[in-house]
This record gives sequence, structure tokens and C-alpha cells, in this order.
Amino acid sequence: MKTLTQRLLGPVTLVLLGLTFGFGLWVTPPDKVQGDLVRLLYVHPAIAWVALYVSFGTATVASALYLWRRTRSLVVDRIAYCAVEVSTVFIALTLITGSIWGRPTWGVWWAWDARLTSTAILGVLALGYLALRRANDDPSLRARRGAVFVILSAINVPIIHFSVLWWKTLHQGATVFTDNRTLKVHGTMAWTLLMSFLGFTLSFFWLLRARYRLEVATESRCAATLDDALAARRSEGAL
Amino acid sequence: MIRTALLVAAKDLRIELRSRVLLWQVVPFGVMALLLSGLALGPTHAGHSSAGPGLFYLVMLFVALLMINRSQSLESRPGTKASIATLGLDPAGIFLGKSLALALELWVTGVVLLAGAVLVLHTALAGALTALPSIAIGLAAMACAGTLYGALSTGGDGAATLLPVLALPAFAPLLIAGERSFSAALHGGALWEWWVILVVALVAYLAVGVLLYGVLEES
Repeated sequence: MKTLTQRLLGPVTLVLLGLTFGFGLWVTPPDKVQGDLVRLLYVHPAIAWVALYVSFGTATVASALYLWRRTRSLVVDRIAYCAVEVSTVFIALTLITGSIWGRPTWGVWWAWDARLTSTAILGVLALGYLALRRANDDPSLRARRGAVFVILSAINVPIIHFSVLWWKTLHQGATVFTDNRTLKVHGTMAWTLLMSFLGFTLSFFWLLRARYRLEVATESRCAATLDDALAARRSEGAL
Repeated sequence: MIRTALLVAAKDLRIELRSRVLLWQVVPFGVMALLLSGLALGPTHAGHSSAGPGLFYLVMLFVALLMINRSQSLESRPGTKASIATLGLDPAGIFLGKSLALALELWVTGVVLLAGAVLVLHTALAGALTALPSIAIGLAAMACAGTLYGALSTGGDGAATLLPVLALPAFAPLLIAGERSFSAALHGGALWEWWVILVVALVAYLAVGVLLYGVLEES
């Protein structure tokens, strides 16, 4: 039985994303410096926020919970796995949208910039995690190794975050707030950005929930197939 | 923990001394990789000392992968895990011992390849000697990280191909910081910020290894 929150998650996400695209494309004005190119910035920072902090953060917390004996369960392992899988998609989208913005702004699709490179490394680490999961059949071993790998990979997230401060980068620093925690963006631009952050964050939880259910169904199917195979083998022996 | 670490390190080094895999396989591979990197760059660029630090660290990464695989293969022989479980050795000690042995092997290979870089890539000897402490820290961090990633990838399907996928992205900060500190030692510039990254990476991998290696060894 679905709760009201579960029922509303999908539609609210779609409405927020629809409003983001509508406002971003038609309502907000072009930027004084960037012109219409600024419209891409209504999606790119929000996607990056989900990729780096929301989804990888969820995976890290779930992995830490798995490694702590009191909270160790296959539920948190599944959450970590599904969160990394969704994170991989968002990291790819972050790099793609950033690249599309970078071509007209910087003149190149890819720059050897600290933030870009460290984000790409996180993407490869996420792919490595998925490879690691597929390399082990034992669920307990797979979960333990996966959890340790996520904790190790999470070291990269603060490096990505502070890369624009630690090194001289092409990538700009904080987009939304100034150093004094006041807003840099105002009016419809600010509202569109807020809707974008909310919409993409909710889309993560929606995707995570769907992927989790799929994983549970896959595991049940595998267990049922194994049971059927065992039953068939026993019946062969009885003949 | 320290006693276990010394025992494990001595065991790994003794095996290495007897088998001489490092001497007859790993070091020649490293030298060959250094020469091939020079050939790939061409005589104009390879003879320029600015290429030295990057090529040195890149070759060390590939050499490290071979040595990590070798180090983990010693633990995955039939009956080894059961013997360790029976002995009740501290997993943190095992991690430290394997990392120490790997670090010593990497340092030896590093010195040989550094000499190769001075000879073949015209890296200045004085600069290379100045960079030695940062190289030692970088390779120690690589050994700790490698021991962890080796334990993560061992035993599963395609363990040998899985290790580079897992370890190389994690080695990237070490490659960058190591190369920058080496270049700074050669040509001047700010050294400390790259040293900080190398030291932080070493401490982080040591801490994670001591805390979590036991989880990987659980049966």
C-alpha cells in the first residue's frame, strides 16, 4: 500500500521539473553577460548537487550504516547500490551539461580543470563500484566490499567541492551564494533555480525508490529461479 | 598490532627475496615502460626534463598495480585465509604489514626508475634528490591505498582486470600531487601544498585501512 508521500513523489517531481524547464526557457530573462547560455545553468548546478552530494551522500551514509554492525542489513546495502547507480547517471549528466556550456564559453568541450577532472574521476569510481558489485556473487562479501569502496571513494567529494578554492580553476566558484551567505541570484532567476534544485533532488528519491523496488524484485526472481532449479533437480533424483 | 605488522611484512619480503619477482619481472617492466614512454613522446619532448616527473609517476602507477596484484596473490593461495583466521592475527596489523612490505618494494623500484629518469629523460639529479622525500610519501600512500584496493578486488571474477578500474582513479590525486611536488623540486615553486595532499592521503588511507581492513577479511 502506497503512502500519500509515495503517491505524490512522482507527480510533484514532474511538475517541478516541468516548471523549471518552462521558467528556464521562456520566463527568465537572458543574462547580461552570457545571454541565453545562462538557461543551461538552471539545470547544471542542480544536477551536480544531486550527483555529488545527495546521491553519493546517500550511498556513503548507507555504506557507513552497513559497516556498523548494529545497522548492518541488506536493505542499507541495496540503498547504497541503487544510490550509486543513480549517481552514475547524474554524474554523466553533470559532465555532459557542463561540457555543452563549456564549448561556447571556454571554446572547448573539455578543459583540464580541477573540478572537471575530479568529477570525472568520481564518475569512473562509480563505474568501478558497479564493476565490483558484478564481480562478487556472495551477497555478504559483495556488500562489505562495496561499502568499503564507497567510503574510500567519498574522499573525492570534498576534493571536488573545494577544488575551485584550492586551485586556480576555469570553473567558477559558488554560484548561488556570496561569501557572506547572501543570494547572488534574484527574482525569477532565483525561483527557477530553487525549483530546479527541489525538482532534481526529488527526482533522485523517485528514481532511487523505483530502482530499489526493481532490485528487490530481481533478487526475489533470482531466489525463485534457484528454488525452481533445486526442486527440478530433486524431482529428477526421485525418478 | 605492530608485532603482527612486522611479522606479515617480514613474511612478504622473505617471499619476495626468494622468488625475486621484483628483480626479474617488475623492475624490468618499469624500465621498459619508462623507455617506451620516452619513445611515445618523441626525442624532442622526452629529452626535456619537464616530462620526467609525470612519466616517472605514471610508470610507478603501472608498476604499483603489478606489485599489488602480486602482494594480494600471496594471501589468496588455498588455505591462507583459514590459517590467518586460526592464528587470530589482528587485521589492522595485517594491513599495516602488507602496506609496509609493498611500500619498501615500491621505494626500491622508485629509486631504480628515478635513476632511469635522470639518465634517459635528463631529469636533474639535484632536483630528483630534493624530490625523494615527497616521492617516498607518495609511494607509501600508494602502498596503503593499493593494499586496500587489492583486498577489495581479490577473489572475484576478473580480479586482475578489476584492480586497475578500482585503483587508478583513486591514485589520480597521488599522481597529480606527486608530479607537482617533483616538478616544484626541479624547477622551483610552492612545494608545501602538494606535500599536504600527499601526507593527508597517506594518513587517510592508513586510517581507513586500519579501521576497515578487518571488514574485508571477514568470512
